[in-house]
Amino acid sequence: MPLLALGVVALVGLAVWSIFVGVSDVSLGSLLESGWTDAPTQILLESRVPRTAALILAGSAMAVSGTILQMLVRNRFAEPSTVGTAEAAKLGFLLVLILVPDAPIPVRLIAAAGFALLVTALFLRILRQLSLQSPLVVPLVGILLGGVINAAATFLAYRFDLMQSLATWSNGDFSMVLRGRYELLWLAFALTALAYAFADRFTVAGLGEDFTTNLGLDYRGVVALGLVIVSIVTAVVIVTVGMIPVLGLVVPNLVSLMLGDNVRRALPWVALLGAGIVLACDIAGRIVNAPYEVPVGTMLGVVASALFLYLLLRKHARLA
Amino acid sequence: MIVARNLTKAYGEARVVRDVSLDIPRGGITSIIGPNGAGKSTLLGLLSRLLPATSGSVRVDELDVASAPSDVLARRLSILRQDNHVTARLTVRDLVAFGRFPHSRGRLTEEDRRRIGEAIQYLGLDELADRFLDEMSGGQRQRAFVAMVLCQDTDYVLMDEPLNNLDMRHAAGMMKLIRRIVDDLGKTFVLVLHDINFASIYSDHIVAMRDGAVVKQGPPSEILQSQVLREIFEIDIPVHEIDGRRIGLFYV
Repeated sequence: MPLLALGVVALVGLAVWSIFVGVSDVSLGSLLESGWTDAPTQILLESRVPRTAALILAGSAMAVSGTILQMLVRNRFAEPSTVGTAEAAKLGFLLVLILVPDAPIPVRLIAAAGFALLVTALFLRILRQLSLQSPLVVPLVGILLGGVINAAATFLAYRFDLMQSLATWSNGDFSMVLRGRYELLWLAFALTALAYAFADRFTVAGLGEDFTTNLGLDYRGVVALGLVIVSIVTAVVIVTVGMIPVLGLVVPNLVSLMLGDNVRRALPWVALLGAGIVLACDIAGRIVNAPYEVPVGTMLGVVASALFLYLLLRKHARLA
Repeated sequence: MIVARNLTKAYGEARVVRDVSLDIPRGGITSIIGPNGAGKSTLLGLLSRLLPATSGSVRVDELDVASAPSDVLARRLSILRQDNHVTARLTVRDLVAFGRFPHSRGRLTEEDRRRIGEAIQYLGLDELADRFLDEMSGGQRQRAFVAMVLCQDTDYVLMDEPLNNLDMRHAAGMMKLIRRIVDDLGKTFVLVLHDINFASIYSDHIVAMRDGAVVKQGPPSEILQSQVLREIFEIDIPVHEIDGRRIGLFYV
């Protein structure tokens, strides 16, 4: 466990760095000079700290969602954006926006998470019907399903002039995070903690339905719990900062290579690494083209693709 | 004793297991044999609540399998099915520890840890305890699963084709191991076997199935008879006695 402590220290370091990166001058010096009352303090509390918190919460939650899905689907390519969960959540938000434009946030969230849950359950049902269980079929089916839902969402968004909302949900971007506009992410954090409490059940589910039943556990119950967690986390992340893709794919695979799939052991690392990678990508995105920003989704795409290529080429047989 | 009464499993029109009534005695090894599609694995699934029966009942001692709480049953009976792709990357020790789940609900006590260590040692897996399952050979992995079942510490252990994909040495080793567990610890094993000679040599009781029904049961000496085997498999198998064991020459 000392290694994990080291990881936490590294994350804290990244977080501090993240807080002090930006266009306006916020530094220890400027804060002290202004006596903690002036503009720098305000920027710190209103924008910088919320942004860093949002990065950590969203990054860890998405990575953990990937782990849970990979256990439930028993496939290494599963994550919210390869099994239709993310697309379904977007469609859910869109439908609420069209049908009940002034619905309060909890209602929107429930609708989107409910949609995500339904579609992910449908995905699992389709998989059960397929006799050909090649590992590659699983993400293909998921991406197809997501594509169909995305097409419907795009059509609706086009018709009702909501393309901009759809784009916001699709691309993870933390530049708009302010105090009062990210706190929903704590719900995702709570669910991540819940997932940790039930970690053993997800490990068991990863060994299959028969194995789970043999140990006297209710397989359907475990799957339902996992799907609820993943659906709500995905919906929360999409509506607060936009979808963060591939993180749930790459991080669980990296951790699995190092530590294996005992979820109880892996989950702290998954959360830590997920948060760390998103933080680092966001910092890099703010630095490379300063004073402009490269959205974190784009940076993440580059980093994650490189990591994924490494995983594929290194352990080809096990991943595919 | 496992008692099945009028057990039927139907998928639509197809009845895979048909009106099976069966008593599996406590203690010893009971082998289920029969041709492909006889319903052996399905029967095992029904006996162990992995599959719900279309009609009929199963009792394990005083527990009714359909209505007993799953976690209570998990302390009485365990089942190992052949799952060819183990996708999860677990160490042997982690896997064996999960055998204690029905007892400890994931919070391992000192007693649990002792039993995990014992099971690993009993199966001769000490050296491999921290290896990942996906880095082991088929025979080693099979032993790890048996260690897990041993850790689950149930009176009854059901295994679906435990010799699948094992070479001669590992197959014979596995059967000897099962015999040793039964004799040392007084457990009851129910095995689905393909090789009638393994069933003949190692079991106390053989159940023969065909077309979803039990056609014959009894001690190996009664089942390993040419006319009985013809009834089960529809081929002529000469049976010879070698060193006091009845061996069916189904190769010729």
